Amino acid sequence: MKILVVGGGTGGTILANNLARRLAGEIRARKVQITMLSASERHMYQPGLLYVAFGQMMPDQLYRDQASLLEFSIDFHVDPVEQFQLDQNQVKTKSGKTYPYDVLVIATGSRIVPEEVPGLSEGAELFYTEEAAVKMYKRLREFQGGKVAIVVGVPHKCPIAPVELVFSLHSYFKTRGMLDKVKIKYHYPIGRIHTIENVAKWAKPEFDRLGVEYETLFNVKDVDAANKVVNSEEGTQAEYDLLIAIPPHRGMEVIEKDQLGQGGWIPTDRHQLTMMGRDNVYVLGDTTNLPVSKTGSAAHFEAEVVAENIASIVKIGTPVRDYDGKVYCFIEAGHDNATYAMFNYQNPPDLKPPNKSMHWFKMSYNQMYWSSVRGLL
Amino acid sequence: MSESKTIDARNTFCPGPLMELITYMKQANVGDTLELLSTDQGSAADVPEWVNKVGHEIVSNEKRGDVWYITVRKTK
Ligand SMILES: Cc1cc2nc3c(=O)[nH]c(=O)nc-3n(C[C@H](O)[C@H](O)[C@H](O)COP(=O)(O)OP(=O)(O)OC[C@H]3O[C@@H](n4cnc5c(N)ncnc54)[C@H](O)[C@@H]3O)c2cc1C
Repeated sequence: MKILVVGGGTGGTILANNLARRLAGEIRARKVQITMLSASERHMYQPGLLYVAFGQMMPDQLYRDQASLLEFSIDFHVDPVEQFQLDQNQVKTKSGKTYPYDVLVIATGSRIVPEEVPGLSEGAELFYTEEAAVKMYKRLREFQGGKVAIVVGVPHKCPIAPVELVFSLHSYFKTRGMLDKVKIKYHYPIGRIHTIENVAKWAKPEFDRLGVEYETLFNVKDVDAANKVVNSEEGTQAEYDLLIAIPPHRGMEVIEKDQLGQGGWIPTDRHQLTMMGRDNVYVLGDTTNLPVSKTGSAAHFEAEVVAENIASIVKIGTPVRDYDGKVYCFIEAGHDNATYAMFNYQNPPDLKPPNKSMHWFKMSYNQMYWSSVRGLL
Repeated sequence: MSESKTIDARNTFCPGPLMELITYMKQANVGDTLELLSTDQGSAADVPEWVNKVGHEIVSNEKRGDVWYITVRKTK
């Protein structure tokens, strides 16, 4: 049986390693073969970008060689897929090769599309790529004070990032002794300051206490970078001296081009994680259309379910587990404090007050991530 | 030709019903209708408020059992 994993990020790597261990005997007996195709020879720990944007991590700390993270039995190629031929059970890659499969796993992630909002790339700091995070830090260093506006595009990965950004900015300006020169205003697309009700309930009094202003039902329409104004779809305006945006996202272009899913989001079964209408195609992580946060954590829990199910199909001919929508997110609350949100399809998160030990746990997790994707945690 | 689509945002806490609706509205064409299924109390008020503020149209909004069925037409 040929198992093909497309995408070597968080979800693809955890899935492939987990599966390689579960099927070690079958792989040795040459009954099963696992191949991974990715677009990069390096693997980025994306949550580290927030720390790069505040000068707390250097960009080179975010990367490992992808091959060094994989079980030896996985056949790994840096050769991005350019065409999914699902009716023929094969993909075509940039190098011109064709890879047939019996089971396909798609974990190609998402990409930022700031260009969809006129003026956003020119006017805003973004921090969702290495280059943008470094640029944002340089901008913060030079910033002498004024209005700092935060705006949020839809959809976006890491839904906790907007509130973490606020707390990190407050900490940063406080440490630099500039709080009296800065006014932070947060703008959010829906009617409360975070989409998770309990996060909103916790963050609102925190924002009030820190003097952070907020406006809800604010969806960015365009940015007038020359006059430093953001216009919202709802007809309001935000003035700024420094604009920081969580950019809108899409899935990968190839997913859209091959009509696997509108916007690059592949229609996926909530529990089995199969592509709708295709029982031998699994979808993981950001590129699903599931009503689940686009986070490494969701990709991780989904990968474990898919690995267990593919292995059980090989061994006993049937899947054994359902994905229950589980997500676990750390929330950096500034000033070396953090908390977390854990939830699934049925149970909302119950937030605990932030404390120092959660912050240091998150700092350790920034290193432990590498053991986690290797499957050692 | 205008299309109609159903967005199943039942039993989801993040990104949540209104965030899902905004995502799909961006992908839809003028004239399309989207039916949002939600079990979130907050979005029963939030969704009409947002739709009216932006200037789209609420076609219907009703609760059956524990589920809100909110149909919205994209007008611009
Ligand atoms: C600033 C920031 C902060 C974040 N903070 C957190 C956090 O605190 N907690 C959390 O859980 N998550 C966080 N995330 C989100 C998390 O990083 C992503 O949700 C996660 O990486 C998604 O995993 P994935 O496997 O779906 O995609 P990715 O990890 O993005 O991997 C996609 C892979 O697909 C490959 N690929 C792309 N196109 C092709 C192709 N055509 N053919 C083959 N391969 C291809 C890429 O090279 C890559 O290897 C954060 C993200 C950012 C940007």
